[in-house]
Amino acid sequence: MIDLRNVSKTFTLHNQSSAVIEVVNNVTLSVAAGECVALTGASGAGKSTLMRMIYGNYLTQAGQILIDGTDIVQAEPRDVIALRRETLGYVSQFLRVVPRVPTLDVVAEPLRAVGASASDAQALAEYLLAKLNIPQRLWSLSPTTFSGGEQQRVNIARGFAHPYPAMLLDEPTASLDAANREVVLSLIEEAKARGAAIIGIFHDEAARARVCDREIDVSQFTPGVAV
Amino acid sequence: MSDYNFAYLDEQTKRMIRRAILKGLAIPGYQVPFASREMPMPYGWGTGGVQVSAAVMTPQDRFKVIDQGADDTTNAVSIRTFFERTAGVATTTKTSEASVIQTRHRIPEEPLSEGQILVYQVPIPEPLRFLEPRESETRKMHSLAEYGLMHVKLYEDISRHGHIATSYDYPVKVEGRYVMDPSPIPKFDNPKLGDMAAIQLFGAGREQRIYALPPYTQVVSLDFEDHPFEASKPDHPCAMCGAENSYLDEVITDDAGRRMFVCSDTDFCEARQVAGHTGTMNGKDAA
Amino acid sequence: MTPLLSVQGITKFYGQHIGCKDVGFDLYPGEVMGIVGESGSGKSTLLNCMAGHLTSDAGAVVFDTRTDGPRDTVTMSEPERRMLSRTDWAFVHQHARDGLRMGVSAGGNVGERLMAVGERHYGDIRAKATDWLGRVEIDATRVDDRPTTFSGGMQQRLQIARNLVTGPRLVFMDEPTGGLDVSVQARLLDLLRGLVRDMGLSAIIVTHDLAVVRLLADRLMVMKDGHVVEAGLTDQVLDDPQHAYSQLLVSSVLQV
Repeated sequence: MIDLRNVSKTFTLHNQSSAVIEVVNNVTLSVAAGECVALTGASGAGKSTLMRMIYGNYLTQAGQILIDGTDIVQAEPRDVIALRRETLGYVSQFLRVVPRVPTLDVVAEPLRAVGASASDAQALAEYLLAKLNIPQRLWSLSPTTFSGGEQQRVNIARGFAHPYPAMLLDEPTASLDAANREVVLSLIEEAKARGAAIIGIFHDEAARARVCDREIDVSQFTPGVAV
Repeated sequence: MSDYNFAYLDEQTKRMIRRAILKGLAIPGYQVPFASREMPMPYGWGTGGVQVSAAVMTPQDRFKVIDQGADDTTNAVSIRTFFERTAGVATTTKTSEASVIQTRHRIPEEPLSEGQILVYQVPIPEPLRFLEPRESETRKMHSLAEYGLMHVKLYEDISRHGHIATSYDYPVKVEGRYVMDPSPIPKFDNPKLGDMAAIQLFGAGREQRIYALPPYTQVVSLDFEDHPFEASKPDHPCAMCGAENSYLDEVITDDAGRRMFVCSDTDFCEARQVAGHTGTMNGKDAA
Repeated sequence: MTPLLSVQGITKFYGQHIGCKDVGFDLYPGEVMGIVGESGSGKSTLLNCMAGHLTSDAGAVVFDTRTDGPRDTVTMSEPERRMLSRTDWAFVHQHARDGLRMGVSAGGNVGERLMAVGERHYGDIRAKATDWLGRVEIDATRVDDRPTTFSGGMQQRLQIARNLVTGPRLVFMDEPTGGLDVSVQARLLDLLRGLVRDMGLSAIIVTHDLAVVRLLADRLMVMKDGHVVEAGLTDQVLDDPQHAYSQLLVSSVLQV
């Protein structure tokens, strides 16, 4: 489902003496449907960078990143957009939304984008928000004013609204209490059960042990270390 | 008489104006630019109409001038006198006897016939100017027949007054092509514009435009499907001649605010009175 | 799939000075494209060339028309192009006054495009105008008020209603949120996003506000000195800019 072949990335900082920073080098990995893989490694090893490359958020200089057969590295923007809408979900650590939009609409939007009716989308959004213990009185408010933990849960609800065949999870259980952490882990397990291929970053080792089938240490791809 | 060329204008100017008139007749409703001359009267007093009249006039013509329907107002009298002195043509107040009729703000009640020419004095020839002040843009709109804006004006009327309140200067479409300003005639007169036997010429002196309707041209007043055009109907019969379907002027008769309604077309009214028709006012007087 | 709009080699000179040079891209149905760059970068020149407000010196702007398929709008006759700009195209100006008739009621402003394409039933026109005022969150009781009595944000929403009433497929926007209060901007962005999604609109948005493109645009072009220096997915260009100028632009934005 997710297939990386000889993938490398560098940052060129044109405004800082054109410094070239190699971030990851020659990554090859593959995640099958129904499998959850954890990226590990010290801070700065390139876990988030790799995740963003897979999502198409960062440009990849070399190699192939195949998602369900589509090469993100070569794909036209509109193909990447279609892929993100239908196939590839991403739960980042940050919530980025239009101010003023009610939380319910924020969560329902991925479903609306794939053509769900407003009422169906809303029903599922309500279900997820309730499940993630977001008080109902907040649903009609914009999440921009929420606490960090609440924003995180809104982000997760949004990320799990549509059953993406491939998912990227960046610290999904960070800053959550035990009860909500449990909800998120069960959501991940449900996603795996329906056949989603998942790549995640978990600092929470217990969570990682519970949902992940294997771990990939990103340090091996870090140029300075590998040589 | 010998102090002037026939009908005041020099022959070159007349030729230029006649060309504009012919072009106007060939493209009904299209505004033809022309080099309007300084006339011995101020703008707003019919300089456009006077130039058109002068250009079409021949020594054999019989000339009539009406201002708001009346032959005896200052404006009508001066223009009539002007052509008596500069062209020496015969003049008349009788609609049926005139071959050239210059008018301000009315069409005579009596139907005109083939061979007659009706010359309108036009203050503002551009019907779109109310909403689009740029001349370059209105010309483009005419050339591409983009007339949605004209209906915006009527829309505004209905939204504000509940009906189309434009009661004069009511825009028309000519032969399904050009939207035209019929000059400030009351919309009562609009139905007479179309299918008329006489030639209709429109002259705007200050704005330097001439446009025309050849005989028997199709002229349709703009409207909405659910707010169709309706010509105004008189509320009263004429107090002098009893006519029930002519356009009326309101006349205040004393300081107590008493008033009467009489035909604005003085020739029409007098002809009816001569023929024995009477209204409430002169009927009472006669009694 | 046929692009809705295919821009090819658009070039515009102002005398010796480059307005924009050799700009090309394809825009597909439902896509929103952002164009960013500083003042004088040529983004507005490009927008006006595409919308037919300026005549470009070279290049083609091929639009997939409903009736005849792809046609070059640069070479099509002026009546056809003007018809297009009243039906399938819309243009939202930065200053609502440039896009509205200030002496005409809100209903008349929205109804104008309908009347321009031949609608002649007052009741229907008014009903549609009122419906659209609702969609852009203007109270129906304001239908007979002139835009001069509206706030800046309301005027901008009225301009959008006026443009979208005929169901266009492509909307050009020139700094649509410029000059508005931040709170009003957010509301307008939300409205635009909803309309784009629900009507399946394609849009080209010129702005210097990176936050606006991040929230509205799927794709982004960065312009400098009349040239496109970088293009790609909006979040990719903003988060991992490749060109020196894009990096400078992104790093210059104040974080809040």
